[in-house]
Amino acid sequence: MKFNETELKEVERLVSRYPADRQKSALIPVLHLAQVANGNWLDAETMDYVASLLKITNIEVYEVASFYSMFNLKPVGKYLFEVCQTGPCNIQGAKDIIAYIEKKLGVKEGEVTSDGLFSFKRVECLGACGYAPMLQLGEHFKEHLTPEKIDAIVDEHRMKAGL
Amino acid sequence: MAKVTIDGHLMDVPDGTTILNAARMMAEQHPELSANVPPAMCYYSKLEGSGGKCRTCLVQVTKGSEKDPRPMPKLVASCRTTVMDGMEVQNKLSAQVQDARKGVVEFLLLNHPLDCPVCDQAGECHLQDLGYEHGSQNTRYEFKRRTFEVEDIGDKVKLHMNRCILCYRCVFTANQITEGRVHGIINRGDHAEISTYIHQSIDNDFSGNVIDVCPVGALTDKTFRFKSRVWNTNPYNAHRECTNPKCKGHVVLWMAGNDILRVTARKDQWGEVESFICNECRFDKKSLGDWIVEGPRKIDRHSVISGGHYNSLSDKKVLTKSTTFAVMEGSRKD
Amino acid sequence: MSRKLLLDKAHIAGIETFEVYRKEGGYRAAEKALKSMTPDEITEEVKKSGLRGRGGAGFPTGMKWSFLAKPEGVPRYLVCNADESEPGTFKDRFLMEKIPHLLVEGLIVSSFALGANTAYIYIRGEYAWIVHILEKAIAEAKNNGFLGKNILGTGFDLEIYVQRGAGAYICGEETALLESLEGKRGNPRIKPPFPAVKGLYDCPTVVNNVESIAASVPIINMTGDEYAKIGLGRSTGTKLISASGNINKPGVYEIVLGLSVEEFLMSDEYCGGMKNGKKLKACVPGGSSVPILPHDLLFKTANGETRLMTYESLSDGGFATGSMLGSGGFIVYDEDQCIVENTYNFTRFYRHESCGQCSPCREGTGWMEKLLWRLENGQGKIEDIDLLWDIQRKIEGNTICPLGDAASWPVAAAIRHFREEFEWHVTHPKEAMERNYGLRKNIYVAPTPAGA
Repeated sequence: MKFNETELKEVERLVSRYPADRQKSALIPVLHLAQVANGNWLDAETMDYVASLLKITNIEVYEVASFYSMFNLKPVGKYLFEVCQTGPCNIQGAKDIIAYIEKKLGVKEGEVTSDGLFSFKRVECLGACGYAPMLQLGEHFKEHLTPEKIDAIVDEHRMKAGL
Repeated sequence: MAKVTIDGHLMDVPDGTTILNAARMMAEQHPELSANVPPAMCYYSKLEGSGGKCRTCLVQVTKGSEKDPRPMPKLVASCRTTVMDGMEVQNKLSAQVQDARKGVVEFLLLNHPLDCPVCDQAGECHLQDLGYEHGSQNTRYEFKRRTFEVEDIGDKVKLHMNRCILCYRCVFTANQITEGRVHGIINRGDHAEISTYIHQSIDNDFSGNVIDVCPVGALTDKTFRFKSRVWNTNPYNAHRECTNPKCKGHVVLWMAGNDILRVTARKDQWGEVESFICNECRFDKKSLGDWIVEGPRKIDRHSVISGGHYNSLSDKKVLTKSTTFAVMEGSRKD
Repeated sequence: MSRKLLLDKAHIAGIETFEVYRKEGGYRAAEKALKSMTPDEITEEVKKSGLRGRGGAGFPTGMKWSFLAKPEGVPRYLVCNADESEPGTFKDRFLMEKIPHLLVEGLIVSSFALGANTAYIYIRGEYAWIVHILEKAIAEAKNNGFLGKNILGTGFDLEIYVQRGAGAYICGEETALLESLEGKRGNPRIKPPFPAVKGLYDCPTVVNNVESIAASVPIINMTGDEYAKIGLGRSTGTKLISASGNINKPGVYEIVLGLSVEEFLMSDEYCGGMKNGKKLKACVPGGSSVPILPHDLLFKTANGETRLMTYESLSDGGFATGSMLGSGGFIVYDEDQCIVENTYNFTRFYRHESCGQCSPCREGTGWMEKLLWRLENGQGKIEDIDLLWDIQRKIEGNTICPLGDAASWPVAAAIRHFREEFEWHVTHPKEAMERNYGLRKNIYVAPTPAGA
């Protein structure tokens, strides 16, 4: 993976927000960018590329990428359902929703559907406790989930992918 | 200068000294106070930024300073807390400290494989010492211990992640002593591990020093692997004219007969390397002709290695430093 | 006594734009502060207001500001903590989504008071869409002369940047946040030195919660003295409360501190009472880390006094019979909920979020999780309950950062108040898999005063 010109401009903008020689501060935002550009996950090659852009060592990138739960170090579906399972969601039906998603997608947690479109994982509190149960999909939250809503989300994204 | 009292013993120490180092200074002046020094599993005086993590050196500050005599509300890490003038500290005298330390030892041993019988570090392992001095006889942990996948980090250093206590010393060493760190701590929480991530070998002039700073058997010398128990080898001080400008060539040779089984840096009373050595001295100079041997080395810290024989718990108090040395001298005739 | 200082305009259409926000009186505080006040005067007003940190710790904001070191020639930073990740808490998100300019204005006022020319908003990575909302607001403020060089002709420069995290609860701890902002793992730093002396890039730094920074706007508008008149005692002003769980109207509410807990939970103005007419079993009033309160200690303190939504009243009785206001994450449990399961759930959360740096937290949280799983799944032993108690005791207070305490307190409180339910899980393992225990039986009775 290599960034295109727009993405490189964005890297430049991100780096410019910090004092000189503090470009490592841009690491997490740039990893977000790289993850999107690389199909929703980070392989070693992509991380090494980010290291070279920010002039830091490869291990500094691995250390950080593996610490934060939003970085996927293994391939995931094009659409990753990150379903909250913590306390407030748990008492408002998160378990049932997770079971439904598993049945609906026909894959276990961490697996990818055969069309490469979907996978799901259980995550910890995302800050939507009053709107439970919920999941994160890309940059957005899907809240007050019901089986019907899950059906609609899956259909919508199948359409988006042209299937 | 600041006046500090540790377990009732008063001493003047330079401003900016940590409680732990003050306790070590006391012990250096008054060897009978050695037992009062808090144990340190992650702190390493030669590595900037080390310490504070393992929590074995927690102490109680019963008086903050002359100016502000209030006690500190929580136990503090003695390795990272600076003394204030008039500070009063309790270590051995504090039941709270002893209780907390026992807890920390239990936490450190919780997922430790306890594979001492096949561990090359056995006999000079700080975790063994810590468990011996502060641990319980039994474990209360009834679950499967955490294991990690084996990672090959080259032909010189063996990584046993299951034994690691995440002291971060090897990371600081790689940052500060070697050129270009390739390993680090990856993942988070109880999954955190030492790794290069993409299984590369750790290889540069000073990389072998990670073995010496490791308090446990997580990083051991592959060239010494299973060759001998350390207490069956005889340590000798030796040196050579090392061509590496950063290496003084001052080492300890661990011998069996005339064979050099292992070369390490020399360690001080606190188990810390006196000066770091290069990989050539450590791994490549294994014949006696390479070295000028100075004489037998005195090992006085460790519980098992010290006598060349095992001591039962009841003997523990009787075994003093001088007898240790005598026994060792007697038993180490080739 | 309902009064809003932060969200009073949040419902107005278009309030997220500069134009509407300004028309509604926005940026008056910034003008007043920059044009007619000195930095010290602003800090003084915040001190007078009695504002306490809204992120959870409740440390007086004005005092925190006055601790900031000011060496010559060294930049100072203001960092806004928008990492909001304490389970049960989603108030900052609401504020930033609905009325982003309030935060931007608060940052201008606070930065001026602190002498910071750069402010970073560190926002949790999952709030990805809010990054765009904030960046739009910042750009609008800049276009209108409220950010950038020489703001309002006063000579004061300020840039605000939004930094996105990437999924780590621990980055809500201020030194872990700074590490993360420097592009590192979110390992909390060992203190001292404190950020006020050595913070971001080793420079003096203040880290404040979103709501605390936003509160500086009404404080400057109305003066600190007036703000201090709102609320009760040392709990001054208003507080955003995130309400969730088995209630009729979950959501974010701005309350005047001093409201009774009962009114907050039962009245239609706020939570609207228990959902489906169920009975109240317990409540975690300040985010997952604070002690859980059983139903019989929620509306009244152990002394029989009315429990109020204030820092003092919620902690009345200490951990024995009280809790904390914390971050204001108000989680309500009805009679159908299982305390053992909830404790397991929270403990799993803390194990997952432990940075792994220090041994008691790294090892202790996982051990507690395993024991709680066993209890929850009918495989526990009576001794496990005491063992849990002992483990949490050995974590609490012995770790680098407060995550150890945050992981210990929920376990301790659950055992303290619901031991009978834990024991029932052991003695009735099959039944415990099929149904929940219900309300606790041993209702709290205040000890009879001596000599009575």
